[in-house]
Amino acid sequence: MKNLKAYGPFLGVLAVDMVIVALNRELGLEIIANTGKNFWEMLGVLPPIFLLLGLLDVWVPRETVVKFMGERSGVKGVLLSIFLGAAAAGPLYGAFPVASVMIKKGVKLTNILIFLGAWSTLKIPMFLFEISSLGYEFAVTRWIVNLFGIIAMAYLIESVLTREEIDEVYKKHAVDF
Amino acid sequence: MFTAVLYAVTMIFFLFSLAKDAKKTKMALIKSWKSFANILPPFLTVLSLVGLALTVLNPDLISRIIGAKTGIKGMLITSAIGAITLIPGFVAFPLAASLLEKGAGIMQLAVFISTLMMVGVVTLPLEISYFGRKEAFLRNGLAYIFSFFVAFIIGMVVS
Repeated sequence: MKNLKAYGPFLGVLAVDMVIVALNRELGLEIIANTGKNFWEMLGVLPPIFLLLGLLDVWVPRETVVKFMGERSGVKGVLLSIFLGAAAAGPLYGAFPVASVMIKKGVKLTNILIFLGAWSTLKIPMFLFEISSLGYEFAVTRWIVNLFGIIAMAYLIESVLTREEIDEVYKKHAVDF
Repeated sequence: MFTAVLYAVTMIFFLFSLAKDAKKTKMALIKSWKSFANILPPFLTVLSLVGLALTVLNPDLISRIIGAKTGIKGMLITSAIGAITLIPGFVAFPLAASLLEKGAGIMQLAVFISTLMMVGVVTLPLEISYFGRKEAFLRNGLAYIFSFFVAFIIGMVVS
């Protein structure tokens, strides 16, 4: 609770709710009821998801896996890239520094792209939350279509980039920054 | 039901981790709590905003702008919002669920979710600095087009 400031907008919305209750009791109470329902449904799922995230973060080591994802890693490398990305947490830009380390350690470009794709859209904890919000059909369909799409796009991007352009990217990450 | 299973599975993993290495488990707990505390304020804000806005906004209006019948036009609107904004999934899914309940179309929401996760207009400069201009534009462009493909398939599967 060290940054109470972050709760400002939330308290602001609650204040607006209160004003509405004062002005229009019926509408105001309906808002409170709907908000309460939202909280109950969504906050209940969060604790186990975040605990899973923490456990994943601690138990899945990054560097040991990196060496299995090089130029000749084949299907194994692809699967590992998907797994690593899917086990991650956080927004896509959080994946860039990780990808940078992977490039530096010699992970193949298509695997990097697959990793980025998996991170952006196949994350398992997010998938669990998606099921609870939007249902199995929606979440499972999206996951499966994305799985194939990500791999296809990775190879497509790699084939469009020239050898020089790829080397340029790897050179960029060869030095520490 | 789903939540109960999730709690049970998490508990099993947690106890297993605790039995194997208490110190690591403590580290995991700290990390979990930190990320939870980080997401909580924006999460509460959006949930309360959603509660407020969707009670006031009537379903007619929502379905007229991004309802199932708006077709490609509605999808272009939601995909643009998804590509530009940076909303965490923990916030986007409940929002989408509420919108769906209030009359938004499934394909319009699917393309929103997909572009939100895969396309990053705001983070494009960052991505360019890491992977170069060509990779960044290719990846984001392809992901944008692909999002529509995913949405069409979801539209076919989820009725």
